[in-house]
Amino acid sequence: MENRPLEYDYTVAKMFMLTTIILGIVGMLVGVILAFQLAFPELNLVLGEGLAEYTNFSRLRPLHTDAVIFGFTLSGIFATWYYVGQRVLKVSMAESKLLMFLGKLHFWLYLVVVVSVVVSLLAGVTTSKEYAEFEWPIDIAVVVVWVIFGMGMFGLIGIRREKSLYISIWYYIATFLGIAMLYLFNNMEIPTIMGTAADGTSGIGAWYHSVSMYAGTNDALVQWWYGHNAVAFGFTVPIVAMIYYFLPKESGQAIYSYKLSLLSFWGLMFVYLWAGGHHLLYSTVPDWMQTMASIFSIILILPSWGSAINMLLTMKGEWQQVAASPLIKFMVLGSTFYMFSTLEGPIQAIKSVNAIAHFTDWIVGHVHDGTLGWVGFMIMAALYHMAPRVFKREIYSKSLMAAQFWIQTVGVTLYFTSMWIAGITQGMMWRAHDEFGNLAYSFIDTVTVLHPYYAIRGVGGLLYLVGFLMFAYNIYKTMSARPVEESELQNASPMGA
Amino acid sequence: MFHWLEKHPFFFAVGVFLVISFAGLVEILPNFAQQSRPVIGTAPYSTLELAGRHVYIANSCNACHSQLIRPFKSETDRYGHYSLSGEYAYDRPFLWGSKRTGPDLMRVGNYRTTDWHENHMKDPAGVVPGSIMPAYRWMFTNAADIDTAFAEQLTIAEFFSVPYNKPIPMKDGSTKIVKMGGSVAEANALALAEAKLIAADMKDQDVKDAVANGEIPEIVAIIAYLNSLK
Repeated sequence: MENRPLEYDYTVAKMFMLTTIILGIVGMLVGVILAFQLAFPELNLVLGEGLAEYTNFSRLRPLHTDAVIFGFTLSGIFATWYYVGQRVLKVSMAESKLLMFLGKLHFWLYLVVVVSVVVSLLAGVTTSKEYAEFEWPIDIAVVVVWVIFGMGMFGLIGIRREKSLYISIWYYIATFLGIAMLYLFNNMEIPTIMGTAADGTSGIGAWYHSVSMYAGTNDALVQWWYGHNAVAFGFTVPIVAMIYYFLPKESGQAIYSYKLSLLSFWGLMFVYLWAGGHHLLYSTVPDWMQTMASIFSIILILPSWGSAINMLLTMKGEWQQVAASPLIKFMVLGSTFYMFSTLEGPIQAIKSVNAIAHFTDWIVGHVHDGTLGWVGFMIMAALYHMAPRVFKREIYSKSLMAAQFWIQTVGVTLYFTSMWIAGITQGMMWRAHDEFGNLAYSFIDTVTVLHPYYAIRGVGGLLYLVGFLMFAYNIYKTMSARPVEESELQNASPMGA
Repeated sequence: MFHWLEKHPFFFAVGVFLVISFAGLVEILPNFAQQSRPVIGTAPYSTLELAGRHVYIANSCNACHSQLIRPFKSETDRYGHYSLSGEYAYDRPFLWGSKRTGPDLMRVGNYRTTDWHENHMKDPAGVVPGSIMPAYRWMFTNAADIDTAFAEQLTIAEFFSVPYNKPIPMKDGSTKIVKMGGSVAEANALALAEAKLIAADMKDQDVKDAVANGEIPEIVAIIAYLNSLK
């Protein structure tokens, strides 16, 4: 017994894998619909005039962002945590009834929150703050879910056999703390049922409505401190946690440099939080804050590239694996998109560039080369690595995986190139003056000119969605079609077990 | 030190927390009080305007329209004077937006009328050929939630001392008083009085009839809000 590897319990990981896929499909489908609505506005009435209120671009837009961030990505983070956590801490969830209970409770409460978010956003119940649209009852539920996640995490760490925390665990801990801090402070709000009229009546109006504790410029500052760092602790930190585990495991290569991982981790923690103000350049936020945000955004290239270079150099001497394995392809291109996106972001944070880029589709393009190319690719790669071990079956089709990779890569490329052109075109047209010093274009000129780029972007997004459906099908067939292996597949590499 | 931290999760977590909370403290706190002072001429929203603001938020108008004029010639030419921090003193939440799929609306009340908004909300492309904005026809039938707007006024007056029923200095040296009802019935009566002025400039007979019967459709509230943006 002593020499046999631990049998880990993946019950909770499997549940979250399922929501990763389902919410991924929902979020991306809504995204594709939105993209085509901008190119062809008739699609706002896709389900007829009677349901126009619920199929309209503006109602669906927060549903898209929240479904991919808090549905797809967060589920992916949880799924990998309940897989990676046990393995690097060398302890099974089955060893503690309490942790198992917390894990399952975490999942079911999360699902309740997801359903209430979908209903409330479609009904137009929103605080308007991006990625923090939920009203106070849902906010409280989110905090409860997060605390349960944290209890499970620190519980597992508490009973670990491996005393030293692996790099991925650093990043998972940071994800937990970062989101907790940001979410709490940004969602400070007062329910309006607390207001009392002069005649003594209270509890007036909608019970779920609230008003922000901050006003105007302060509200904007806190919101973008949150918004930018929700990207940090949702789209960067936990995804880096994943790649630090899955790339060495899948390739059989040891991490290139421990020191580089140290520098990148603590660097990222310190620098990232300063950069939120770059969403508010040339706004009414004090100049010194804008300048700080701009400078720290540039410095942010260092820790970001530190992680990415560490990953790419992990493949040193083993580059033939990139050609041979579609799974390695996803992770290597993911790291490359991470480098690309973390260079593009700082460029957009330079004040003079931001003057053109802000409010345009270039920003939308930037978000999507990061999320589709880095976050999406990495989460799918992680699930592809986990599926054979969790379901004890070989992956259904490697050629389907390879085809998916190329279709999605073309999709992402069409997406960000069209949005670059659209964004810079619009930014330049807004500021153009004619020879007499008058504005050269009316606003509508700068909208109609974007039609071809909106159409191309829609096609790019559609290709990515098609690839994601191929991924879902591949995982589904892996779960159900192949004969069950006797025990979990063991890794043949020196990094195994 | 790092090796030691990696074996002691509690201190590791404390270390991470200290490092990540540093920036927020330094950036957000110093100017907090100063930034929330209103400039002269900025008044809180009336009940109807606030109800309209809720309609604006419920339909995520801020997903496509900004309310932030940057200090560039091209922007002040197009939208008017650049934004001042104190103009947002009563904006909870702020509605600056992050994307201009449509034009900025910070001072839309200066150059668009009730009549224009009515036609535009019904059929945007009919007013601006080539527009990709969807129509918002349900606003002509859905009722605005005046009670919730009133509850919000009470809450902000109580918790943030927003000056309702108090004289507010205007740019020309005069003062203005934004009234807030003492009861739900009074708040609804105030909103209806304001709604009647808007409806008088509208053409839609159903909306006019509704207001005459004491109901306030969402379209009336949102137009009141848009007209207040100056």
